[in-house]
Parts: sequence; structure tokens; C-alpha cells
Amino acid sequence: MKRYLRHPFWQSGLVLIAAYLVVTLGIAYLPPILGIASAPVPGSVVLQYMATVLVGILLYVSSDEDRWREFKEPVEVMLTSPDKRYVRSALLVAIPALIGVLTFFQVRPTVAAPPNLRSIHPAPPSQISFRGQPIVLDRLENPLRHEGDLNEHLAVGRRTYYQNCVACHGDALDGNGHFADAFSPRPLEFGTSTIAQLTESFVFWRIAKGGVGLPREGAPWNSAMPAWEDVLTEDEIWSVSIFLYDQAGVSPRTWEAE
Amino acid sequence: MTFRRIGRGSLRLLLATLFVAPFLTDVLLAQEAVGAVREYGDFPVIGARGAVWIAAQVHLLFAAFVLGVPMFAIGAEAIGIFKKDTRYDRLAKEFTRLLVIAYSATAIWGAVLVFFLTTLYPAFWGHLASIFEVSMWFYVGLFFFESFTLYLYYYGWDRWKLGRAKLGHWGLGILLNIWGTAVMLIANSWLSYMMSPPAEMTPDTAPEMVQFWSAFANATWMPINIHRIIANVVFGGAIVAAYAAYRFLLAKSDEERAHYDWMGYVGNLIAIGALIVLPFAGYYLGREIYEYNQQMGITMMGGFMSWLWIIQAVLIGVLFLAGNYYLWVGMGRIPGAERFTPYIKYMLVVLVIGVIVWATPHTMIADRDELAAMGGTHHPFLGALGVMSAKNTAVNLMILTTFLSFLLYRRANLRPTIAWARSGTIVQGLLFAMAAAVVLFFGIYGYFVTAIVRIGFSVYQVLAVLTAIVGVVVLDVFMARGAESRGEIRWGQMPARSQYALFVLVVTFTWLMGLMGFARSGIRQHWHVWEVMRDTSPWAATPALGPAAQMISVCVLIFLVLIAFIFWLGGLIEKPQLVVRLRPDDPRVGERDPAVHGSELDFLPAD
Repeated sequence: MKRYLRHPFWQSGLVLIAAYLVVTLGIAYLPPILGIASAPVPGSVVLQYMATVLVGILLYVSSDEDRWREFKEPVEVMLTSPDKRYVRSALLVAIPALIGVLTFFQVRPTVAAPPNLRSIHPAPPSQISFRGQPIVLDRLENPLRHEGDLNEHLAVGRRTYYQNCVACHGDALDGNGHFADAFSPRPLEFGTSTIAQLTESFVFWRIAKGGVGLPREGAPWNSAMPAWEDVLTEDEIWSVSIFLYDQAGVSPRTWEAE
Repeated sequence: MTFRRIGRGSLRLLLATLFVAPFLTDVLLAQEAVGAVREYGDFPVIGARGAVWIAAQVHLLFAAFVLGVPMFAIGAEAIGIFKKDTRYDRLAKEFTRLLVIAYSATAIWGAVLVFFLTTLYPAFWGHLASIFEVSMWFYVGLFFFESFTLYLYYYGWDRWKLGRAKLGHWGLGILLNIWGTAVMLIANSWLSYMMSPPAEMTPDTAPEMVQFWSAFANATWMPINIHRIIANVVFGGAIVAAYAAYRFLLAKSDEERAHYDWMGYVGNLIAIGALIVLPFAGYYLGREIYEYNQQMGITMMGGFMSWLWIIQAVLIGVLFLAGNYYLWVGMGRIPGAERFTPYIKYMLVVLVIGVIVWATPHTMIADRDELAAMGGTHHPFLGALGVMSAKNTAVNLMILTTFLSFLLYRRANLRPTIAWARSGTIVQGLLFAMAAAVVLFFGIYGYFVTAIVRIGFSVYQVLAVLTAIVGVVVLDVFMARGAESRGEIRWGQMPARSQYALFVLVVTFTWLMGLMGFARSGIRQHWHVWEVMRDTSPWAATPALGPAAQMISVCVLIFLVLIAFIFWLGGLIEKPQLVVRLRPDDPRVGERDPAVHGSELDFLPAD
């Protein structure tokens, strides 16, 4: 057993298995034990991680001449040694069969929608038209943060949110509203999302124009978000923005360092 | 003789291009004056955009080659002159020979690009020409000077090889670089104008009303100049290394193998060394794009083009891994390196984790079930690796690790003799540790501050890494003085697989140039000139990543096939002259041995 454990070929196999277990099970189940939220890693990312680990292993074993020779030894023995002919035959059947099975599961038709590579942050235009009035988004700040009582704006934002947004984005702002399951992609959540990386002018634009108001270059995009400019006033949208940042516990991105 | 014929042929072609280009401009301007210019032409099968894309990309790759290699050549020639090491002089000459051939290929593709632009995008070309006509005349003039300086530089190599004449020859090399850089600066102004025209321009502004200098020195011109100059050095080094690998694999004698092994090492050193600085220039360019227009910035980093950065991260990860791998394998031929080899696995772990972190997407590709399990497109745990804090930390630690590999490689066969060698090594170790600590501190702290503050942290991380690199190098230079050798490097005793790492480097660099060129150009979206001149052709839509990747791959393939042909031609024209170092009392010193498998071999005394 020790002999196998010291051999670079079997060591590589063990490292590969260990890495797979960490990526598929460790990341999903270990952080919750420590009270940190986690979830299973998507297949595309598992593939990416495992390919990187495999390349790393191959680089390591082949970076030294003796280690490389030793690593190749079991493969060469299996391919050439007369007393390994049964193992060889079994592997020559098993490996293509395994590849065939994996290929089948990759390409078989399913009812699930294919994974979608969509733009999460489509580029905003420099200027938009809000109810016929031009608004320059570039360097635009939320005017309500410097006017009137912030708590009042927050209250307006809360009321507006619960009257119009809660059905999709949820009462905990976690994207789990009553209608959430009907949409793909699901409604945005504001807890761990990237809202802190966005300026408020971006949030204003998205609420005002919704999915239908996205520029052509925003594709690939499939959002069911309505254009709220026909329903809400400019101040109500700015108030909702104040409410969202307040609830997420983050500040909006500023145009310049403060 | 064959070479001379090719030289004359390329000269004729160049002259033809030089004369035709201004006439075309005039013809188009005249056409525009009578209002007879159609807006777009068509090209069979691949369309007008595809044709221009291929011509522009392959021209640019050759241009990078003919600008990067002269930088490499004058550096190598200078080492040859001032350190009196003939190997470097031969190295420079060998590359200038390839340059002469590559230069005509650059001109051919440049002519193809001009013809495609004038026939397929005549209105757009007319717009550019009416603003930049003066700089276009200068461009062809400089091209003329550059060509003849190159011919003088190459053909005068053996004539002006001694004393002051050699310094004069080196001066020609510097002049060649000046012409080449000036040509690049002019061409950069045209393409950067397309991205960032003067702010006062609108679609109604007549091109004749635009002030030339404000269009020429536009907002992104200088960042692109800096980024391209450094990238050309990287590319030049990678091409040199790939050429050396090609010749190494074909070598029939130990001397040839030794020569090309050494050449590959030098090319790799330059490529990876300059690559370490390149991200900082790229960061400056990205920042200027954001400053100029937020929409372009978001399209590039957070919107449609954001997935390109994940692909870029994977490719740069490949570069780091391949560059380090080459050094690690190379340690096998250095006496004394065995004391450092146990550390390879730790460096590899840092690099692999670095690549994993750097290439972790913030928005993951997932099917419906996976999305439901994650509660959105962001993974609740791995999402933390998708933001810039994690990525900057990863890449800075990868740069530090790569530098450590170089340091161990360089020090492998040296035994310092100075009294403070041990203290010096400890200080070097502390510099490494401090840089890593600063990088980690700001990487973690970045999660607790706002985005705009976090952006500033990357500057501190970069400064920490650069300070450590400079400090360690300075100390190392002093520590290496008078050091004893643990044994000569056994040049040529490299396994063939190490040479494939050099091929991986050049293919990856070339692909990266195409990819990031697409990102830079693609963020203009449906504008020929951003918010000034709209693309109304059937090809106006920005291509999705798949078709773009296919097109980039086609361009890379065309370039690599042509470069392989040039490498082959380089060997056909003239056999390389190899230099073998011998003891001064060796009877073969001063002799030439043309019998070594067709190579010409100079036996010179060791320094």
C-alpha cells in the first residue's frame, strides 16, 4: 500500500479525487457547518476547476525527468506487459464506454432550458428619456439624498416597494417573491447581489426602463421586469433606490472617491 | 541569392503600397466631393466585416512582430557590444533576418487592409481620411524610412561589425525602433479616435471642422500606445522563444541544441518579464476608457464583454503555468538547482489556486436546477471569488510566485561569496513576505469598503509587488558579485516537452491579442466612431462570443501558419552561425567548422 501511496501516478489519482470531492461536496457542505451560506457548484465551474487541477498535476509530474519516468511507468506496463493483457483489454473497453456514457448524458435531449450566458449588467446609455424628458445618466446622483428628509424618502421607498415590487423580489428582498418560480432567470435579490457595485443612476435606469427598455446591445437578455416609468414618478423610483440600498446594508457606488 | 531576390521583391511591393495608398485616399476624397461614395461594399462568404477583421488582425499581429523583434534585437546587440558576448550579436542578427521577411508580410496585409477598407467601407474610410490625411502621408513617409533603415541594419551587419562602426550600426537599430514606434503611434491615433473621438463631436460635425490634434491625441491614444509598446516586447520575446523551440526540436547536433536552448531561455525571460508589467498598462487603459465613457466601461467589464475577461483569465493562467513550467524543467540542467526543486510543488499550488480564483466567474453558467439551488446566478460562497478583490489578490500572488521561480532559476548554480549573503537572503525573503501580506490585507479589506475605494486598493497591491521585485533584484545583483559557480548550465539538455511550453506561450499570446483586440474594438458596438458615425451596414451587430472566438482563431491560425513559413524560410536562406565557447587554450579557437550538419560553427574563447 505504502508503495502505491509514494508512487507519483497513484498520488496524482488521489489528488484528483480529493480535489473533486472538495469542489463537489466540500464547497457545498462545509461552509454551512461554519454558518456560511453555500450551494452546490454548477457543472460548468466544476469542469473548469478540475481541468485546472489536472493541468497542475501533469505539470508537476513532468517537471522532473525521474518523476515523469516513474509516472509513466504504470501506463507503459499496462500497455505493453504480456501478463496485463486482461487488465489492458478491460480498460480498452471500459474507458471508451465511460466516455460514451458521459457523452450521452451531456448531449441527450432534456426538457430543461439550456444554460444561458446573459449580461447581468448591460451598459447604460449616456442619456435616457423619462416621460418625454431627457435625463443624463452620466455622473447623475440621487437628488433625494440631498433634498428633504431621508427617513421620509425611505418610507416612500418602502411603501412603493411593497406595493409594486414585492410580488417578484420578495418581502425579504431575496428574489423569492410569489411569482419568482415562474421566471427564468429568477428576479434579482438584493442581499448578496452586486448592487453595491452600481451607481444609483444605473438602478434608476433599470427600474425606469425595465427589461423591455434595454438597448439592443444589452443582449443576450431575457428579463420580465416591467418599465416602471409609466407607473411610478421620478421621486418614487429614487425613493425605492434609497430603500434597496438601506435594506441591503450597502452604499451606492459613487462617481468619485469620497 | 534567394534571399536577395526576396528582399528586392518585398521592396517592390512596399514601394507599390506606398505609392498606391495616398492615391487611393485622394481618389476617395475626390469621390466624396462629388457625392458619389457608396456607404458599404460586400465581400463573398464571410461578409465585409469578416474580411476587414481578418486583414486588420493579421496585419496587427505581423506589425507587433516587426515592432517587438527590433526592440529585442537592439537589446541583444547592445549586450553583445558592451559585454563582448558574440552569442547575443548572432542572436540579434538571426532575428533581424526573419524581420526582413516578416516586414514584407506586414506590408502585404497592410495593403490588403487598406484595399478592403476603401472598397468595403468607403464612407467610413473617407471620414477617417478627411480628418487624418496629413498623418496618413506622414505614415507612408515613415514607412519608407523604416524600410530602408531595416535594409541598412540587416545588410550592414557584417560590414559594420567592429569599433565605432559597430556602435553606428547599433544606432541604426535604435533608429529603426524610433521609426517603427512612430508608425505605431500614428496608426494608434486612428483606431483610438474611433473609440474616443473629441467630446465636442456629434454625428452632425463635419470632419473638416475637427481639429486634427484633438482627434489625434484623443483620450485613449496614450494608454493604448503604452499598452501596445509593452505588449510588443512580450510578443517579440514569445516569438523568439517559439523560433528557438522550433529550431531546438529540429537540431541535429548538441551545439545547435545548446544554442537554441539558450535562445529559448532568453526569449521566455523577456516575454514573461515584460508580461509582469503589462497588466498595469492594461489597467491604465481600462481606467481611461471608463473615464471617457461609462457605458463603454460597463460594456467592457460588467456587460456583454465581461465573459471575455474570464476567458482572458484562463489564458493568462496558461501563460503563468507554461512560463513557470519551462523554468522548472530548465532547473534539471542547472547544477545546484536540486536544492530548490522541493519548493516547486508549493509554488505550483499557489499558481493553481491563483488560476482557479482568477477564472471563477461572478455570474455562473448554470442550468435551471443549479440556479435554483444557488438562489440566483451568483454562488453564495464562490461569489466572493468573482469580484476584483479576490482577482487582484490572486494575480498579484501569481506574479510574485513567477518572480520567485525566476529568482531560484537565476541563483541555482551560484554560491555567493560575500559575507552578508545569508542576511541578504533573509531580507529578500522578508520583502516577499511583506509584499504577500500587503496583497492579502488589501484583498480581504476590499470586501469591507465601497467599490470606489476598493478600486484604489489595487494600486497599493501592485506597488507592494513592484517594490518587492525591485528590492529583491537589486539585492540579488549585489549578492551575485564574485559568486562561485556550482557548475556550468548544461545548455541543450532539455526534454522536448519543455519546448512545447514555449509554443503554448506564443499561441496563447497571439490568441489573447486577438481576443482583447476584439474586446477593445467591440465595445464601440454599432458605431464606427463612438457616438459620431453609426455603422449602418448589415454587419453592424456586435458578434456573440462564439462567432468572435471562431474568427479570432482563424486569424491566429493564418498568422501562425505564415510565421511557421517564415521560420522555415529563415533556415532555408542562411544557416545559423553558432558560437561554441571553448577554453582559451583549446586548439580549435578561431576555427570555423562548416561540417556540423550544415551549420556554421564558430569556436570562440570563453569569456
